[in-house]
Amino acid sequence: MRDVVIKAEGVSKQYRIGGPTHNALRDAIAHSVKSLFTTVTTRTPQAPRTIWALKNVSFEVEHGELVGLIGRNGSGKSTLLKILSRISQPTVGTAAVRGRLGSLLQVGTGFHGELTGRENIYLNGAILGMRKTQIDRRFEEITAFAEVDLFLDTPVKHYSSGMYVRLAFAVAAHLEPDILLVDEVLAVGDAEFQQKCLKKMRQVAYDGRTVVFVSHNLSTIQALTNRTLLLDHGQLVAAGSTTEVIQQYLRKRQDASATVYEVEDTRRETANLSRTVSIVRLALDRPVNRLSQDEPLGILATVRGNNAVKPFGLMASIYGPAGLPVGTIFGPETHCIEHGEVATFRIVLPALRLAPGSYYCALGVIQRNSGGAHHDLDHVVDVLHFDISPARDAPNVRAWRRGWGPIRFDEPTVERLT
Amino acid sequence: MNESAASGSPSATVPVTLIRARYRWFEVNLAELWEYRELLYFLVWRDLKIRYKQTLIGVAWAVIQPLFTMIIFSIFFGRLAGLPSDGMPYPIFYYTALLPWTYFANALSQASNSIVAHQQVITKVYFARVLLPVSAVLAGLADFAVAAAILFVMMFGYGIMPTWKVLWMLPLILLVIVTAVALSLWLSALNALYRDVRYAVPFVLQFWMFASPVAYPASLVPEHWRWLYGINPMAGVIEGFRWALAGVGPGPGPMMAVSVVVVLIVLVAGFFYFQRMERTVADVV
Repeated sequence: MRDVVIKAEGVSKQYRIGGPTHNALRDAIAHSVKSLFTTVTTRTPQAPRTIWALKNVSFEVEHGELVGLIGRNGSGKSTLLKILSRISQPTVGTAAVRGRLGSLLQVGTGFHGELTGRENIYLNGAILGMRKTQIDRRFEEITAFAEVDLFLDTPVKHYSSGMYVRLAFAVAAHLEPDILLVDEVLAVGDAEFQQKCLKKMRQVAYDGRTVVFVSHNLSTIQALTNRTLLLDHGQLVAAGSTTEVIQQYLRKRQDASATVYEVEDTRRETANLSRTVSIVRLALDRPVNRLSQDEPLGILATVRGNNAVKPFGLMASIYGPAGLPVGTIFGPETHCIEHGEVATFRIVLPALRLAPGSYYCALGVIQRNSGGAHHDLDHVVDVLHFDISPARDAPNVRAWRRGWGPIRFDEPTVERLT
Repeated sequence: MNESAASGSPSATVPVTLIRARYRWFEVNLAELWEYRELLYFLVWRDLKIRYKQTLIGVAWAVIQPLFTMIIFSIFFGRLAGLPSDGMPYPIFYYTALLPWTYFANALSQASNSIVAHQQVITKVYFARVLLPVSAVLAGLADFAVAAAILFVMMFGYGIMPTWKVLWMLPLILLVIVTAVALSLWLSALNALYRDVRYAVPFVLQFWMFASPVAYPASLVPEHWRWLYGINPMAGVIEGFRWALAGVGPGPGPMMAVSVVVVLIVLVAGFFYFQRMERTVADVV
C-alpha cells in the first residue's frame, strides 16, 4: 500500500521584484498618495513586477523515500523547500505533510558566536525542533560526529570554520523528524567530512525516515537518491528515476545553450569577484558542440578590461556527466588589457581523450599574487557544453563503462616479453 | 491546522500539517504554541547568557540605568523644581517608578526589534515566531530582579519596611510583562515591514515616560480624570508599585481596572495581527 507523506497540489508562489515593497512607511504613504493621483489623472495603474517562483507544482513523496530535487539556480528549489517547511506560504495551492517535518536549509541556523559549543548544540537543536531530552540522549553522538570534544566549552567564535561547520551539521544530522528537508548543506567541510555526511544521510533514510534533498552536485544526488524531481523556471518538468531525470536535465541544459554564450550579465557563483577583467562572451570555435575523443577543443573567449590589468591569464575547468570536475588547464599569465579594451582569445585544449559523454566548462580570468596563489578576477560556470563522441575503433558511448573513469589515456605501448 | 487522515492513510496518530495559501482570519494553534515551550526557555536562556558577554562591568548595567536616572531626577525634579512626591523620600519615590519603567522600556525596545534581529533564523527555519518578542520581554526580567534587589537595600537604608502589600508586586509585574508583550506583538511585526518602527520606538518611549507618573505623582492629575489616565497602562503600574512598596497612594482602583482592560484588548488584537503577519514575514523581512 502506498504511504504518502508529502502531497503537494498545484503549489505556486509569486514574488514581487523591483516593484513597491514599502520597506519604509514613508514609501508606503508616498505610494498611496501617488497612486491616488495616477488613478485620477492618467488611470494607468503601475502593476508591480512579479515573478512566479513556482508554478503549479504537484507531486507526492512516499514514506521512507530519498528524493532528489534538482534544477538550475532560480528554478524554485529553495522556494519549494521553504513552502514545505512552512517558512513561506504558497500564493496558490496546498500541500499536506504527514508527520513531524524538520528542515535544514542552512547549517548553523541560530548559532551564536559568544556561546560555547555545548550551549550552541542545545540552542540550535531547540531551534531545529528537538526536545531537550532528545538532545541529552544524543549529545555524545553529536560531539563524536563533529569531532569537537576538546572544544566543547570554548565559544564557537574561536572555532575554525571547519569545526564550526562540522558541529552545525552534526546537530542537524541528529534531528529525529519523520521527514527531513535538506538544502545544499552537504557541500561543507573537507572531502572526508562530506563523505561522512553522505553516509549519515543514507543512514537517516535507512532508519525509515523520508528525505528530500536539494543539491547542485549531481553526483551526490545520483549517489544518494533513487527518485528525483526536476524544476525548471518554477515548473516541475520531470519526476522519475534519478538516472533518467539527471540525463534529461543535462540534455535540457545543453539544448538551451548553443555554442555561443553571452555571459556578461549572467550570475556568478563565486562571491567577491573584482571583475577588473570580465568575461563577455564564450564560444566553441566550431558550429556544433560535438567533437571526437581525439580532436582538440577550441574556445573563443571575449573579455573586457574594466581597468588596465596586467598580467592576467585564462583557465578552464571541465566537468563530467554528473557535474564532477574532470580537470583544469591554466593558460600562461602574460596577457595585458587596457581600460575599456575588448579582447578575444582563442584557447586550444589539446585532444583531451575524454570518455564519450556530455561535458561542460567553467572559465576563469586569473591573476597570481606575490605569494604564488591564484585569485579569480572573473569566473563563470556551466558554460560551453559539448559532447564527446568516441574515436574510431574506440568503445562507443554505451560500451564505455562508468567504472573506467572520465579519461581514455593515450594508447600505451604493450610489447610481449616472453 | 492539524487535521488527521488527510492523505487517506489509516494511521491517525501522526500529525498532518496542511499548508495552504489562505487562512481564516482567526486561526490560532494553541496546541502548537505549547509544543514550543522548550524553545521559549532556550531563547530566554540564550539572551541571558549573551547579554553581558564581553562587557567590563557586566550585570552592573542593569542597576546603573535606573540608579543614575533616579539621582538626576532627585536633583532636578526633586530638589531644584520641588515637585511633590506624596511624602516619600525622593530617591525612593523615583526609583520605585523607574524600576518598572526601565524594565518596560528596555523590554519593549528589545522585543520590537526581535523579528528583524532574527531575520537569518526566520528565513531558514520554521517555529512559532511569537516566541521571539515574548522571549525578549521575559529575558529582561533578570535585569529587573537585580535592580529590584537594589531597591530593597535602599528602602532598608531609609527605614521603609515593606508590608504584605509587597505581594502585589507579582500581579503588577505580570501586568508590565503583558503590556510589553501586547505592544511588541504589534511593533515587532510592523518593524519587519517598516523599519521606521526602530527609530520611532526610542522617541515614543521618551514621550511616554513623561505621560506616565515617573517624574511626578499621579496625584497631580485631577481625581475625576484619573480613571482615564489608566488608558496608559504604565500609569496604573507605576502608581501600583509605589503603593505596594512604600504604601503611598490609593492602591489598585478604577485606574488599574481601565489599564487591565486596555492591555487585554491590545494583546488579543496584537496576537491576531501578529499571526497574520508571521505567515508572510519570511518573504518581507
